Amino acid sequence: MSRVIIRSLNKRFDGVHAVKDVNLDIHDKEFVVLVGPSGCGKTTTLRMVAGLESITSGEIMIGDRIVNELPPMDRDIAMVFQNYALYPHMSVYDNMAFGLKMRGFDRTEISNRVKAAAEILGIEEQLQRKPRQLSGGQRQRVALGRAIVRHPQVFLFDEPLSNLDAKLRIQMRVEIKKIHVRLGTTAIYVTHDQVEAMTLGDRVVVMKDGLVQQVGEPLELYNEPANRFVAGFIGSPAMNFATVEMADTEGALWARHEGIRIKLPAAIAGRLRPHVGENVTLGIRPEDLRVASGSEEADLSFDAVVEVIEKLGSQILLDVRVGPNTMVAAVEPTVKAKVHDRLRLALNPDRLYFFDRVSQAAI
Amino acid sequence: MIEGARWRRWVFFNLPLALFVIGLLFPFYWMMVTTVRPDAELYRPWMAPNYTPFWTLNPTLDHIRYLLDETLFNRWMLNTFFISVLATVISLFCGLLAGYALSRLKFPFAGSLGTGIFITYLVPQTLLFIPLADIIRNFRLGDTPWALVLTYPTFLIPFCTWLLMGYFKAIPRELEECARIDGATRWQAMVYIVFPVAVPGILSAGIFAFTLSWNEFIYALVFLSSPEQKTVSVGITSELVRGDVFYWGSLMAGALLGSVPVALIYSFFVEYYVAGITGSVKG
Repeated sequence: MSRVIIRSLNKRFDGVHAVKDVNLDIHDKEFVVLVGPSGCGKTTTLRMVAGLESITSGEIMIGDRIVNELPPMDRDIAMVFQNYALYPHMSVYDNMAFGLKMRGFDRTEISNRVKAAAEILGIEEQLQRKPRQLSGGQRQRVALGRAIVRHPQVFLFDEPLSNLDAKLRIQMRVEIKKIHVRLGTTAIYVTHDQVEAMTLGDRVVVMKDGLVQQVGEPLELYNEPANRFVAGFIGSPAMNFATVEMADTEGALWARHEGIRIKLPAAIAGRLRPHVGENVTLGIRPEDLRVASGSEEADLSFDAVVEVIEKLGSQILLDVRVGPNTMVAAVEPTVKAKVHDRLRLALNPDRLYFFDRVSQAAI
Repeated sequence: MIEGARWRRWVFFNLPLALFVIGLLFPFYWMMVTTVRPDAELYRPWMAPNYTPFWTLNPTLDHIRYLLDETLFNRWMLNTFFISVLATVISLFCGLLAGYALSRLKFPFAGSLGTGIFITYLVPQTLLFIPLADIIRNFRLGDTPWALVLTYPTFLIPFCTWLLMGYFKAIPRELEECARIDGATRWQAMVYIVFPVAVPGILSAGIFAFTLSWNEFIYALVFLSSPEQKTVSVGITSELVRGDVFYWGSLMAGALLGSVPVALIYSFFVEYYVAGITGSVKG
């Protein structure tokens, strides 16, 4: 059993409350990603799990032990750092063997483990080289190998792919996922990149200002964001937001704003009825907008003026102006639109999000 | 390199460089010529028709022979070597630990302690030797090598500490954190990871500390009095200047031989440490 349980975890640096009351249950063999903008407390949380940062209050359990007071070496974890942190004066082999030597493994066992890890990572040829003779991707592999050889209870990753170029990052992302599937070691992974979080995580923890915003499976976060921050953070391009007023006319509920007038389907009207007469935040994902055909219902569409066209190939992003707001619509690549064109955009009524203006929570 | 016409390269690069090199090496050349110049030439007035200041036609080894046979030069060399090595080892050891602590550990007043150590380095030796002389006398260490072995660290430790502090700060913290997760204690992480990576810094601190103690003059002059206890720098200036008579040939021979060990150490280690700085330390 190598679950990790975090209970009411807090961290205060001189006057800064960096991590606020974090609770998290990470199951055995699970891959959990902590994601959030810089300064959200995700790395601090990870470093507390590693034992590199003291805990102000709360409790961390790895396996069945409370590790609050244990030094990093006794926690049975392995960590991969953003800048690789390879020992520059040691060969790749010695880098990977260091942790085993420190723990008093015998030579043949060390050699077997290092060779096995090198084979998994495809770095058998580089074992005698020094880190500075390796490319960025190879260094990253060595850093991974150093974690693998130890057979730890938990892998900790601190933005391990941030220093790689875009192409290599995608490649290494897949490899990390493969290694996790193969070894089945519990993993906690920190990143600021929501795509990385969505592709790697069995579950994703979204953090902001030291607080956990939402914990869930990637599609759960995408489809049912708990608040406006999660809605805006998960998904690329980001969700469009507009302030609308709820109005009850002729028995139907309408979301109104300059340039927007949408009749809400009965399914969600019930939830929003208490907010009649108030302003709420409307959220629409760019991929839920499309260019309206003639037969479209006028109640579920609005006029927009095209300002910028981004042709990505598989889709086109239209940056449009709707009344005072700007929005992005991800439309079919076959759409012919020009800058300054006036279009009518239709939306998917089942995929509208509403957030409270004050608490930012989903309605 | 400077681009452009050939004359430009000569005027702005080669010529200044040549002047610089000549300016730097001329004193050593003068030292060598004076060492092998016979006395007759040394005391020849400058307007004499056969005056040859920049070379000699009758080189002699008399001055070197005099230095080695008639003075305690060998003894002075040994003294200097003993004192310099010990003072360097003590200072390097303390500097390593202090530099590491000040750059890595969090403890109260770490910052002000670092500044405090630096300030002690700024107190001029020409003032400090007065109270130190009193201390040396109280401990009855006067006229023994220990007077210098124990006082040189007063300026070498701050120097080494500051040099190494900068070096340790430049080593990524993650290296050590990784080692500690890998199963090393803080002490092991320091010995196996931080120190080997800091070898270029440790070497340069050692070289500088050794050179500073080798060339030190004031403390050696004040704390040592009997001829057989003296260091090279004090020995040759006090024993080869008698009254107003300067034994120029032997003086220069002493200076020349006295700078050989330092020159050797530089030529041997500097290559290593330049290689270290450019990132090719053999681990």
